[in-house]
Amino acid sequence: MTVVLETRNLVKRFGGITPTNDVTLQVHKGARHALIGPNGAGKTTLINLLTGVLEPTSGSIWLDGHEITQLAPHKRVRRGVVRTFQINQLFSELTPLQSLALAVSSNLGISDGWWRPLGADPRIAPACEKLLKQFRLSDVMNQRVKHLAYGKRRLLEIATALACEPRVLLLDEPVAGVPEGERQEIFDIVNALPEDVSVLLIEHDMDLVFNFAASVTVLVNGAVFAEGDVESISNDPRVKAVYLGEGEHA
Amino acid sequence: MKAVRQSLRALVTWRWWELALFALLALSWVLLPSHALLLNEIAILALFALSLDLILGYAGIVSLGHAAFFGIGSYAAALFAKLVMPDPWVGMIVAIVVAALLGAVCSVLILRGSDLTRLMVTLGVASILYELANKLDWLTGGADGLQGVVMGPLLTPFGRFEFDIGGRTAYAYTLAVLVVCLLIARRLVHSPFGYSLQALRDNRLRAASIGLSVNARLVVVYTIAAAIAGAAGGLLAQTTGFASLDVFDFHRSAEVMLVLVIGGTGYLYGGIFGAIVFKLLHDLVSAWTPQYWNFWLGAFLVVLVLVGREQLLSPRWWFSRSGRSSS
Repeated sequence: MTVVLETRNLVKRFGGITPTNDVTLQVHKGARHALIGPNGAGKTTLINLLTGVLEPTSGSIWLDGHEITQLAPHKRVRRGVVRTFQINQLFSELTPLQSLALAVSSNLGISDGWWRPLGADPRIAPACEKLLKQFRLSDVMNQRVKHLAYGKRRLLEIATALACEPRVLLLDEPVAGVPEGERQEIFDIVNALPEDVSVLLIEHDMDLVFNFAASVTVLVNGAVFAEGDVESISNDPRVKAVYLGEGEHA
Repeated sequence: MKAVRQSLRALVTWRWWELALFALLALSWVLLPSHALLLNEIAILALFALSLDLILGYAGIVSLGHAAFFGIGSYAAALFAKLVMPDPWVGMIVAIVVAALLGAVCSVLILRGSDLTRLMVTLGVASILYELANKLDWLTGGADGLQGVVMGPLLTPFGRFEFDIGGRTAYAYTLAVLVVCLLIARRLVHSPFGYSLQALRDNRLRAASIGLSVNARLVVVYTIAAAIAGAAGGLLAQTTGFASLDVFDFHRSAEVMLVLVIGGTGYLYGGIFGAIVFKLLHDLVSAWTPQYWNFWLGAFLVVLVLVGREQLLSPRWWFSRSGRSSS
């Protein structure tokens, strides 16, 4: 299988803390890969390194065999590495329709245009329509995001990322704060993504991880602790001890 | 699909009050010939405020030194008329280009730091230019101001017009520049670029995460805003035949901020409404009590903040009630 996104000996230090410690990770084309680990294991730091929000202390990041370690965050997005955030990061004064139309424009490479109106390109309306329907945001598409209910904003968070047509999608706890009953809906959408889209999922809910992912990487204290398919990880006694066991106490 | 298309189209549809506003601007020239001088001042202030609105209301960049661009446009237009040629249109282009260049250079200063840093840096740039204009008195006339600026006639498709003492020609000229800038700014804010400015105002992290280049956008919008501020400054110098240190003064930067506080930001017309209210208030109150008009202006601002701008005087709010219930 082809490797799409890869890190080699990635290290990030903040003073005396090493949230990412020599992480070598491969995400294959079409992967459904989960990244798990106890709180403070460095999962979000790793995502921030992959997307370019943080610069690594050492090591490198590769996309399709090209090094992207120094590439600016927005350029990585244009190459297809798109993320969602654990805490909603939305455009509060815009409407869902405007947010999605802007993301679609960015994806089409026309977001620098300053003369034609936002919706002028014929490709924008169908793309927005599809996402709004899929995420059941059609009825609130003209309300400002700051007035939306949390659940709707959570859906928009993911819809905004999908508007960029990712090839590698990094989902940082997509169902954080979403009520139990509505979680499956989000996963159904993620599951329905085209097969060639690679997904790297950070999630606390083990049921969801084991339902969704084919392969799992366990991070502990910034380092890769275990790696393998779902079956072997869920039966690994060491993983149970550091992670799953902890979950039962919580 | 239809609903999405319609909503996207509705974003750029002209509202009736926008059309009414443009009509009123034109009518004011016809109906109020004896107030052309005051109206000219209002229109210049409105244009200056439009410029600040682009960076403050849309891109979220605070500035307490926007007079830097107003002032440089003023001096550029005045010096050009005095030393090179008196044609107002060419002078206007020179003022715009010079201010845009300064804006492009200064934009690197606003890319870093927090809002507070930006306030101080922009304030600093305006102060430096003020002192430069003061010290280079062989060129600028220093504290006496740049005198002896004589403008040539305004060449238009409708004929040649001399700038008259009543300010009729001046006001028509200012209105033309204001309307052109407004129309361009309107295209701009409704474009993907315009929405991307709002996006990075709301959330820079996310803006970058959907592939938008944040810094390049800030540089571009700051340069455009500087160009428009330069146009406003150029208008002042050309229509009054004078440029003085006052154009770089802190009170100009503060005044234009006040105008936006009164008129509101982020919907393009706040500068116009704000400038009208501010100048009329200034004019009326200072005629009534020349010494204490500042006091009454302050009192007005306190009431404005306590009661809320929308409730007190924003026409947008009066008009948008029906618009809100339908949306």
